[in-house]
Amino acid sequence: MKVKKKSNRVFQSKNRTTQVKETAIKYLLIAASIISVLTTFGILFSILFEALEFFKLKSFVYFITGTEWSPGVEGSKFGAVPIFAGTFIITLIAMSVALPIGIFSAIYMSEYASPKTRGRVKPLLEILAGIPTVVYGFFAAITVAPFIVTVCEALGLNASFNSALASGLVMGIMIIPVISSLSDDVISAVPDSQRKGSLALGLTMAETIKSVVLPAALPGIISASLLGVSKALGETMIVVMAAGLRPNLTMNILEDMTTVTVRIVDALVGDQAFDSPATLSAFALGLALFFVTLVLNIISVYYIRKFKEKYKVNSL
Amino acid sequence: MKNKHNKTNNPFYDPSLKKRHTAAKRFKFFALFSLIIAISFLVFFISDMVSKGIPALKQTYVQVEVTYNEKTIKSSRQAIDKKLRKIISRAWIREIPKRVANNPQLMNTTKLVWALADDQVDQYMKGHYYKLKNKDKKTVDELKKLNRVKLQFNSLFFTNGDSKIPEFAGLKSALIGSILTLLVTMLVSFPIGVMTAIYLEEFADDNKFTQIIEVNINNLAAIPSILFGLLGLAIFINLFGMPRSSALVGGLTLSLMTLPIIIVTSRAALRSVPDSIRQAGYGLGLSKIQVVRDHVLPLAFPGVMTGAIIGLAQAMGETAPLIIVGMIAFIPDSPTSITEAATVMPAQIFTWAGMPERAYIEKTAMGILTLLTVLISLNAIAVYLRKKFETKW
Repeated sequence: MKVKKKSNRVFQSKNRTTQVKETAIKYLLIAASIISVLTTFGILFSILFEALEFFKLKSFVYFITGTEWSPGVEGSKFGAVPIFAGTFIITLIAMSVALPIGIFSAIYMSEYASPKTRGRVKPLLEILAGIPTVVYGFFAAITVAPFIVTVCEALGLNASFNSALASGLVMGIMIIPVISSLSDDVISAVPDSQRKGSLALGLTMAETIKSVVLPAALPGIISASLLGVSKALGETMIVVMAAGLRPNLTMNILEDMTTVTVRIVDALVGDQAFDSPATLSAFALGLALFFVTLVLNIISVYYIRKFKEKYKVNSL
Repeated sequence: MKNKHNKTNNPFYDPSLKKRHTAAKRFKFFALFSLIIAISFLVFFISDMVSKGIPALKQTYVQVEVTYNEKTIKSSRQAIDKKLRKIISRAWIREIPKRVANNPQLMNTTKLVWALADDQVDQYMKGHYYKLKNKDKKTVDELKKLNRVKLQFNSLFFTNGDSKIPEFAGLKSALIGSILTLLVTMLVSFPIGVMTAIYLEEFADDNKFTQIIEVNINNLAAIPSILFGLLGLAIFINLFGMPRSSALVGGLTLSLMTLPIIIVTSRAALRSVPDSIRQAGYGLGLSKIQVVRDHVLPLAFPGVMTGAIIGLAQAMGETAPLIIVGMIAFIPDSPTSITEAATVMPAQIFTWAGMPERAYIEKTAMGILTLLTVLISLNAIAVYLRKKFETKW
């Protein structure tokens, strides 16, 4: 550390004007990097202030415990429990698609596939990650949801065209690359000596993966999964286009449900006055979303750091 | 025989071995199966979009007689025979006076021209679900026998703006809106992102201040995009009073989202420049800024550009924050400045997806195909740049 500071002093121009100019440039660079900090705090405070405005008008306790959400003009009620429940269920569906497929794909790519196959398949999965979410939303609404309705009719079940299942499934597809890509990096980073030791003891490849590689890579896989969850919670376009608007407290995934992001969009595209509780409720929901995703992200970073320290890898 | 002998006498013989090997095979198959499912999602998805979008490449035109005279200019509906009027696009009929104004020679003539057909006729021709009166359907069938109905390349899709009349709707205004918005985004986020990367990688000491910045950048990358929209709404629109729905607000909002991508990739590019370059510079008596400006940055530039293009592609596909700042307005004419109301391609796709008319489905899918083509080409350029200018030190 000390050496570096000293070196900064040494490599300065002797010319006075150049010196002034270079100091100015350095401060300019610092100013640029402060913008990222400002953005985070900007998001936090802009949401926080508007949310506080909302909680001045409406009860905070009812917001987190109430089960009725009806943002009308008169007698409006803002109980967000059905919205949180809907978000949770859709996220659950998405994760039950994305987790197994993502992790097993990562296992195949890092453990079984030849480098050539891996080099070809990984970019393909990354295309999946690069597809805009509005496109997934269209796919969910036009192709998947009617398909689910048809299948359910054939089975004698009643499914909504805005079923939680349709948006959850498509969201799961979207999250596969998030999980597979990071898991693949982590599994590949587990030192080869561990694998070889296990194989030398007579374990089969599958047993090696299950009892040696995966436990070693677990922190990284947890981290990837948490990122996936945070992505599912914050996903907007798929649910706006394919899930419902009605806050519906139910466990039936064939019914329509709504999510935090859908309600945020719905509250802000209307023509209400900006300081009406209906509009401000978007910021209260946004605040909840911000904190949950922030916590998930912090835990995720903690796990990945733990993994990096244990195996001394810097590439992740 | 020999095998049997081995089994009983071999002290290393494990009776569960066969089972374990089957389990291992099953496990491998399971992993492969998952990967195949993931890839087949992609294949199914793309083919679904292509099959839905391809019909939009063609549009139905009907050959009709159009009479141009004083009366028909006043009421352009009169220009076409009553029987055929219903199957011609209302938007096309509305443009008849404009056509005469552009070409005064047409006045007082009757010409046989190919006119844009109504969306229901178009859907009927393509074999989709349609809503046509029996009378009109008969007219179309008759004309078809006379070869007066044809499907031709739909250039309107790329030269028109949005329209409430499906056969007349195009992507142009959204395309221009996207370009303006992304211009703002890149003008803001590229310099700030690269400067931040230079500071963190080349100048900053490892102290609390830098750590805070670094943690922040990581968090910024993980914040749901819709929250950036809330920021844009609360700060850019309500606090600074910038015009709602404009490319300026949308671009600024997106630039905050692109920032972390550009910072992270630029830092990686700067880090890959070997220290020997810097030390050689110092050895020749250059100052730190000179070394960075004249030597490190040019060498890292291809990597920085790659990151910028990836960030650009991501910003281009983003919809949620732009909806929040009002960029889903109905924009028939292309915006000419960044303060005018504009819409972007993904937002246009969102709007079309919500339209009740069946004809919009193919428009939406075609819009998606256009967007995906642009995104894939951008990513291909990024990969090409990386391959071409990659230096092995």
